[in-house]
Amino acid sequence: MSTAPNEQSRSRGKAPAGERVADWADGRLGIYSLAKANMRKIFPDHWSFMLGEVCMYSFIIIILTGVYLTLFFHPSMNEVEYHGSYVPMQGQLMSEAFNSTLHISFDVRGGLLIRQIHHWGAVVFLAGMFVHMMRVFFTGAFRKPREVNWLFGFLLFVLGMFTGFTGYSLPDDLLSGTGVRIAEGLVLSVPIVGTYISFFLFGGEFPGHDFVARFYSIHILLLPGIMLGLMVAHLILVFYHKHTQFAGPGKTEKNVVGMPLLPVYMAKAGGFFFLVFGVLAVLAAVAQINPIWAMGPYRPDQVSTGAQPDWYMGFSEGFVRVMPGWEINVAGHTLVLGVLIPLIVFGLMLVSIAVYPFIESWITGDKREHHILDRPRNAPTRTALGVAWLTFFAMAMVGGGNDLWATHFHLSVNSVTYFVRIFLFAGPVIAYIVTKRICLGLQRRDREKVLHGRETGIIKRLPHGEFIEVHEPLSQEQLHTLTAHEQYTPAEIGPTVDENGVERKVPASQKLRAKLSNAYYGEHAQIPKPRAEEYKEITSGHGHH
Amino acid sequence: MSSQDIPEENLPAEQDHAHGAVATADEENPFADPGLPPHEHRIQDIDERAAKRSERAVAFLFTVSMLATIGFIVSYLAIPNDKSIFVFPIGHLSAMNFALGLTLGVALFCIGAGAVHWARTLMSDVEIADDRHPIEASPEVRAKVHADFRQGAAESGFGRRKLIRNTMFGAMALVPLSGVMLLGGLGPAPKTKLRHTMWAKGKRLVNMNTGQPLRPEDVAVGSLTFAMPDGMSEHDEDFQNEIAKAALMIVRLQPDDIKDKRELDWSHQGVVAYSKICTHVGCPISLYEQQTHHVLCPCHQSTFDLTDGARVIFGPAGHALPQLRIGVDSEGYLQALGDFEEPVGPAFWERG
Repeated sequence: MSTAPNEQSRSRGKAPAGERVADWADGRLGIYSLAKANMRKIFPDHWSFMLGEVCMYSFIIIILTGVYLTLFFHPSMNEVEYHGSYVPMQGQLMSEAFNSTLHISFDVRGGLLIRQIHHWGAVVFLAGMFVHMMRVFFTGAFRKPREVNWLFGFLLFVLGMFTGFTGYSLPDDLLSGTGVRIAEGLVLSVPIVGTYISFFLFGGEFPGHDFVARFYSIHILLLPGIMLGLMVAHLILVFYHKHTQFAGPGKTEKNVVGMPLLPVYMAKAGGFFFLVFGVLAVLAAVAQINPIWAMGPYRPDQVSTGAQPDWYMGFSEGFVRVMPGWEINVAGHTLVLGVLIPLIVFGLMLVSIAVYPFIESWITGDKREHHILDRPRNAPTRTALGVAWLTFFAMAMVGGGNDLWATHFHLSVNSVTYFVRIFLFAGPVIAYIVTKRICLGLQRRDREKVLHGRETGIIKRLPHGEFIEVHEPLSQEQLHTLTAHEQYTPAEIGPTVDENGVERKVPASQKLRAKLSNAYYGEHAQIPKPRAEEYKEITSGHGHH
Repeated sequence: MSSQDIPEENLPAEQDHAHGAVATADEENPFADPGLPPHEHRIQDIDERAAKRSERAVAFLFTVSMLATIGFIVSYLAIPNDKSIFVFPIGHLSAMNFALGLTLGVALFCIGAGAVHWARTLMSDVEIADDRHPIEASPEVRAKVHADFRQGAAESGFGRRKLIRNTMFGAMALVPLSGVMLLGGLGPAPKTKLRHTMWAKGKRLVNMNTGQPLRPEDVAVGSLTFAMPDGMSEHDEDFQNEIAKAALMIVRLQPDDIKDKRELDWSHQGVVAYSKICTHVGCPISLYEQQTHHVLCPCHQSTFDLTDGARVIFGPAGHALPQLRIGVDSEGYLQALGDFEEPVGPAFWERG
């Protein structure tokens, strides 16, 4: 505490109100040290960095609209007769959950709008996370020191899927009830404990009287609570690690180049919240989503065709649809492989996302920090694996909508199913090979550009009649950018027999690692980037050819 | 902690040149980092009139937002809830929803667009480089933390007094069991509930739509009829649970077409009754192909041949649909001759 009179008078009289409030807060919360580090924090600029923002903002919008919906929604399965303003359902028996959702949609002013923003927000949230994860994956942003943040993001995605599922099941309409029934069938397939889990989940037999209330507390409290914590942790780590950036002039592993939080990113990112919210509001105004009044209340003995889950659950639906109906009956017990295997594959698909960074870092053995992003072409094997995963996902999605493919394109639903059964396996293999070829082709093109310059399209005729195309040498910036990436050399096991002829034991894990490393960084897996000597030899001697 | 140093390999990947170095292409390295390119001025940086135009554009967007919010309030108060309007090319919409969503959307979007335009055209776009620091602590900090921890651990006696440690682990491991026990209240044990339905000997088959008991002559060739057991009502407390198991579908076949002997035995004059609940994951089967007498589940396309014991001929279902043994009672109504002999619906571990 300073007691200098001039200072005191300054803080009492002359300082602007905002400054005095800030001083007051700093004295209690220590906000100045926080602001010192973050107010002018630098964020690099790239369009793909906004994908994560889409997720964060749609999550906030979902929470805001979701709180509003809880003011009107009744999470109860008590049967009531409908007497609201939607005429076609007058007098029909339905659960209170369905009844109150109709009430929100038809009788609460703006209720339908908020419901539709909430559902569209969820669809966009999951899509945003999906694309954001693709960005992080294909640019290698998951590498040290960001592996833990990758896991946080992965958990947000998986929890988001289940929050979405429990959310769209709440209205207790015919479509979502069918989805819950399918989920129950999946649970029943679990060996030994499946039947018990199902009875504990539904409070007895399906559908029972409990699941809406239980899904409600999971949907509005348990999962979003965890997700909120994870999102805050995710953001803290983004701040702490500082943002990644693409290679380019002036950008190194030891700096971060961009514009400051205050004012540019405050305005851009803050403005982006309103852009996302605005787009969702317009979507909710013009694009109907989940019209539960067209489906009616849930009855376990009724169903409609074209029953699809929300998009992010579509791939799991695909596994369930294309799996052959294998069932093993042994000693009075049934192993329902036809349902259990899709459930396991669904889990493995997700787990593969979580573990990938650790597998790759084990293969490279690289323990350094990486802040410069890879261009996808410069990591051909990783890129190809990612595209193979996406192809598997997409094929499963086709399987999940096999009836829609059949009706829209006048195909036999059986043929679509057989197609998916084959291409669920063949598709990713083809995608892997094609992607790797494309990556290597692009690497060759970069190499060509660095060594021989850019094709200008100008054709020059030489005195003796020969036509040549003029190549323009790249600028220093471009040369640097195209050669900034690192190339690993494949890990070697070394000789297994030493000079005395004694055999050295090589653990199987090391052999596997060497094999994988060769697949990732061997001769056929990357094009050597141009070396300075090559460049000098070509450019100094006889000019371009 | 043998080494006090951060291993070289853990440091950030080294690049050709140190941070910020403005290197020029030289004999040594033609690919050297030339450093940050010079800042290029935008039109707004050099022309005050252009800057004014941007300012007006931003202010215009914010003004549009204000007007849209007023539009939202007016729409909320003025538009009747049940009014429908036609909007090309979307079709008929709730006027309220359309007006509220559009005005809210415009009000929000224009704030965002204004802020972004402001940032892009008027705020400084000079790129700044910030230093990074290794995430891991310096060797001194690391050593200090390790030493502190060792001292704290030693002072607690945790490692030395094994009895305390082991009993504590034991207590901590057991205490969550209380929580697990409490979960027992979530549901009753399955027992044999999945094996029984409302069907029993003498229960009449009641048409699901009309609520009337069915006679064999009510079931026409080529029709698919849904039935439930007599005495069941939509208003029953456990109607949903019971119908989830008892839902029945009835078709009439030519007795000669029935290939399965047991199916023929359990039918009545060609009328056969099967569980409507798919044996895959429990969707109600609703699609019937008259010519082939195949039924198809709309959820996952499991297809069953009703002329052959409802065996699975396509799709992910693992076993045939359970058949209900039927006959007619003294008054000529169709009746069940017992419950299903096997559990209906999806397979489960105890099914056998």
